Amino acid sequence: MRDVAIIASAQAINAATTTATPVEMLIPVVNQVLENAGIARADIGFWCHGSCDYMTGQPFSFVSAVDALGAWPPIIESHVEADGAFALYEAWIKIQTGEVDTALVFGNGRSSSGDINRILTLQLDPYVVGPLWPDDRSIAALQARACLESGVVTERAMAEVAMRNHHNAISNPYALRRGDHTIDELMAAARVADPLRELDCPAHADGVTAVIIAAGDRARSLAKRPAWIRGIDHRIESQNLGNRSMTTLPSAAAAAHKAGVGSDKIDVAELHAPYTHQELLLTSALGLGESTSINPSGGALCANPMMSAGLARFAEAAARIMNGSADRTLGHASSGPWMQQNLVCVLEGE
Amino acid sequence: MSGGTTEYTIVEDGSFTAPLELSYPYKRTVGPVLSRFLTGLRDHRIEGTVGSDGRVHVPPAEFDPVTGAALTEWAPVASTGTIVTWSWQPSPVEGNTLQHPFAWALIALDGADTNLLHAIDAGSPEVLSTGMRVQARWAAEPSGSISDIECFELAERATGAAS
Repeated sequence: MRDVAIIASAQAINAATTTATPVEMLIPVVNQVLENAGIARADIGFWCHGSCDYMTGQPFSFVSAVDALGAWPPIIESHVEADGAFALYEAWIKIQTGEVDTALVFGNGRSSSGDINRILTLQLDPYVVGPLWPDDRSIAALQARACLESGVVTERAMAEVAMRNHHNAISNPYALRRGDHTIDELMAAARVADPLRELDCPAHADGVTAVIIAAGDRARSLAKRPAWIRGIDHRIESQNLGNRSMTTLPSAAAAAHKAGVGSDKIDVAELHAPYTHQELLLTSALGLGESTSINPSGGALCANPMMSAGLARFAEAAARIMNGSADRTLGHASSGPWMQQNLVCVLEGE
Repeated sequence: MSGGTTEYTIVEDGSFTAPLELSYPYKRTVGPVLSRFLTGLRDHRIEGTVGSDGRVHVPPAEFDPVTGAALTEWAPVASTGTIVTWSWQPSPVEGNTLQHPFAWALIALDGADTNLLHAIDAGSPEVLSTGMRVQARWAAEPSGSISDIECFELAERATGAAS
């Protein structure tokens, strides 16, 4: 296997709404990540994009994103209909083939183009679930109640997750929602999708994240302290909600095992858990303990830009290595109802 | 997956005109398994497929989750069941079978080993709890779809009601 590292990242400030087109949102972030890496556009070997046509309501909408890259002279480019973190996985494989040494990976989405809770209904089984139009919060709330009633989470623990993430987001300039709350205040708030309260639910946002990865000595020449990808793995569970565990995340546990999470201490974990109870389930599935700092960025609760929130977690986890504040971190991306898909990445400094 | 049923007209100069609908108006063709299940709902009959481990899947699984083999054995289940988990929908949206506040629930139908997602017409979240008994309320005009079950209602409340 070739050693591959994240060597630079850039994010847009997450917004509740924006009037910019996807291309207008992408251009400054793509330019910024190139500048941060100190690499010329022509020296990028592979470009990989994560986005979703359902966000824009337009087939092949991702093709226009190439306008933000500059496609002359011709570039090698690919797209996944998923979060940019999954595009990073593809780019990592592309570098493993030996065809390229560098890749620029980006994810973007404008959640405000439509009713995001309704757009997310379209990811459900289209035959026996989707036609009833359950929204995203209602689906998450079914899982939350099962977790509460089985005792694997408590309302207080969920409130603590909300409190910690919103506090952490105060120091994250890209976050959409932030602030200090007390447990009592959080637990007294009205339920928006019983048993969930507003701050148990993700802050959907319009956003962009871009990351540059590079192989071996190329990475060492571009960054003082690259964040080396030591393990990366993607696992998926059934699309059938009625035949899935509501209180455990076997796909996340399997991905963590394959990525080697448990072989040493994790200093920082950036988790793409959209709902508070899901962060608790995920922390348990990944085997993370007290010694791991969870979501110093505030996580998806404080900014959940569709199709880039997972890649933003990777960027945040890498930044802790690159700035020397951590030696071993974890980036996580999820997708689908009840975190049906889980992508786990272990990063280390040298 | 096939295209939508766009209505078009031919105007005087011979050109076609059609309305522009900004959505994905896909229609899906269901295979033999879901076709049998949905046709059964039209006739007020709920049935599931039997997995290699003997578990009855409702809605039916087309392929065995354990072995991956195509499933061909069917088993009837009841139109009554038990609430496994639920959430409250205070503001129904377009497409919901009920247009007043209702509950979403996963329901273990009697005779099934997996859970069915559907709506419960309960009136208020205060009366609901996991483990309550529910029974299907059939739609007045069946169409061979999952919404042929309009919703479920609490069993004790439904006693004596036409269904």
